[in-house]
Amino acid sequence: MQRFLLRRLVFAVLSFIGATLAVFSLAHAKEDPVNLFIKEGYFVAPEVLDNLRKKWGLDKPLLVQYFIWLKNVGTGDLGRSVQNNRKVFDIMKERWGATIQLAVAAWIFGTFIGIPLGILSALKRGSFWDYLARGLALFGQSLPAFWIGLVGILIFSVWLQWLPVATRGVGEPFFQQMKHYILPSIVLGWAPMAAYLRLTRSAMLEVLDSEYVKLARAKGVSGTVVVWKHAFRNALIQPLTVAALVLAGFMDGAVLVELIFAWPGVGRVAVEAVTQNDFTVITGSVLLFTAMFVVFSFIADITYVLIDPRIRYS
Amino acid sequence: MGIAAPSVGLGQGRQLRPWHWPQLVWDFLRRWPVIPVAVLAMLIVVAIFAPWLAPFDPVKQSLVRSHVPPVWVTHYYAQNPEVETHILGTDRFGRDVLSRVIHGARISLMLASISMTTGVVIGAWAGLAAGYYGGLLDEFLTRFVDVWNAMPFLLVALVVSVTIGQGIIIMIALLVALTWVGMVRNVRAEVLTLKERDYVALARVAGASDLRILLRHILPGVLNLLMIMASLRVGGLILTEASLSFLGVGVPSHIPTWGIMINDGRQFLATAWWVSVFPGLGIFLTVMSMNFLGDWVRDRTDPRLRQVR
Repeated sequence: MQRFLLRRLVFAVLSFIGATLAVFSLAHAKEDPVNLFIKEGYFVAPEVLDNLRKKWGLDKPLLVQYFIWLKNVGTGDLGRSVQNNRKVFDIMKERWGATIQLAVAAWIFGTFIGIPLGILSALKRGSFWDYLARGLALFGQSLPAFWIGLVGILIFSVWLQWLPVATRGVGEPFFQQMKHYILPSIVLGWAPMAAYLRLTRSAMLEVLDSEYVKLARAKGVSGTVVVWKHAFRNALIQPLTVAALVLAGFMDGAVLVELIFAWPGVGRVAVEAVTQNDFTVITGSVLLFTAMFVVFSFIADITYVLIDPRIRYS
Repeated sequence: MGIAAPSVGLGQGRQLRPWHWPQLVWDFLRRWPVIPVAVLAMLIVVAIFAPWLAPFDPVKQSLVRSHVPPVWVTHYYAQNPEVETHILGTDRFGRDVLSRVIHGARISLMLASISMTTGVVIGAWAGLAAGYYGGLLDEFLTRFVDVWNAMPFLLVALVVSVTIGQGIIIMIALLVALTWVGMVRNVRAEVLTLKERDYVALARVAGASDLRILLRHILPGVLNLLMIMASLRVGGLILTEASLSFLGVGVPSHIPTWGIMINDGRQFLATAWWVSVFPGLGIFLTVMSMNFLGDWVRDRTDPRLRQVR
């Protein structure tokens, strides 16, 4: 177990370095970042530019700049935004709550709709419910999330006017605010819901077909007990182990969903930073996203051991 | 008692009535991927003959024809008899949506097939090398793949498009970068078991070179796996391509791709929903058929993999 933890730690550090180094060098490759400070059509004395370069540490070689940045990250300093001179750490702290909230809301939707529907469709195989569930899964796997989001806005916000169009609804009464979460979390959670559904369905079908369930049935155990005590618990292993991985996968989807719903999360900050070439904010958000991924995939590995006694890390 | 008519005992009832053709058709459709293949064949034909099939020039702009609704909004055409009929309407710049969807099929299928093939080839070679040679190379490649997977792909793609620029080639490179890493792990695992087989050892005893063993004895063993993975993942690849186009990454915005079209219509959703909705249906049809076909290929060729998502 210790060796496993150590390997995960090395992996985490390698991931941080790999991701940030790639983005750092890409972001610096485009143009001299001091140009960001110059308004178009203005003349700036070369000495001023030199001073700016010195101030931002841009006069040093790229690799040296990177290591300085890395050292500062170690002390919790992510640098300052080139655009508005705010601390990147503060920007991230302000925004990441919204992203996590969205991811958790989507995760709840995906899990609590996907797993029960998967069980239902396995138990009532070939029935209307089975086809309905598999149809929902089909849509989730074949439609881009941003399109589901747009059509959702069109139907529920523009035509029916049941739900708000966008934003997080901060400052509104609680129930009004909850309405803001419905569409984004469904949109982000639909694809994982489909994955859960398919996983649970196939696991459940397999377990229901197994020897011990047949034996339990032959012994005369009632149908409900067989389903809930024997089949359900074993069928749940697989969906639960992917639960954390699903959360990790949300990080990419969050970028798109935040953009569509004007959600004030890290994804939107990152997209805006890219268009403005705000390199400190870009690397900061990439670091945060990678960190979230590493943490969630670590949790996924741990849940494997906790849930499935057949797996041991040694 | 008498002799009872042969009933369920002899078979599933329906086999006793072979003339019950709706059942036969249904069974045939369930057994063979007729509908997905038909849809994909149609898409491929549409993609190849796009310039001849499209009713209008997909990039020709005309501001007088801006946001013309689809053909079933008859009152619009009744009020404006001078406007040519646009089956699926036009976008903000008066470009015909149907023609753009047709041309979008071309771009999407081309990007998906080129990048999937390239990704499979690169991923297969990396997986073969990692599994066969092992050691430091293996360690390096698997770590590299792990780190690669931890990167937020969309953000990196965004940075690439801003710094390096846009273009079909860049889009393909991004998609290949996404595809090949997904192959390495599975191919490597398969190679690890294959290389311990007796026939590989015998080939080595017979004096076969590494390259020959890899190509003649191990590669055929992983081809099946490669085919399954490629067919299962090509749908996801098209979705990614659409997401990247939607974000404005990769393909320049004057080329009609489905993702770019959906983004074009985003601002005018309330007034001209058709601009965004129809390209999405194109994506849906394509990805759904590919997923169905992928599932079918997997179930047919390797029932063991049924558990894989």
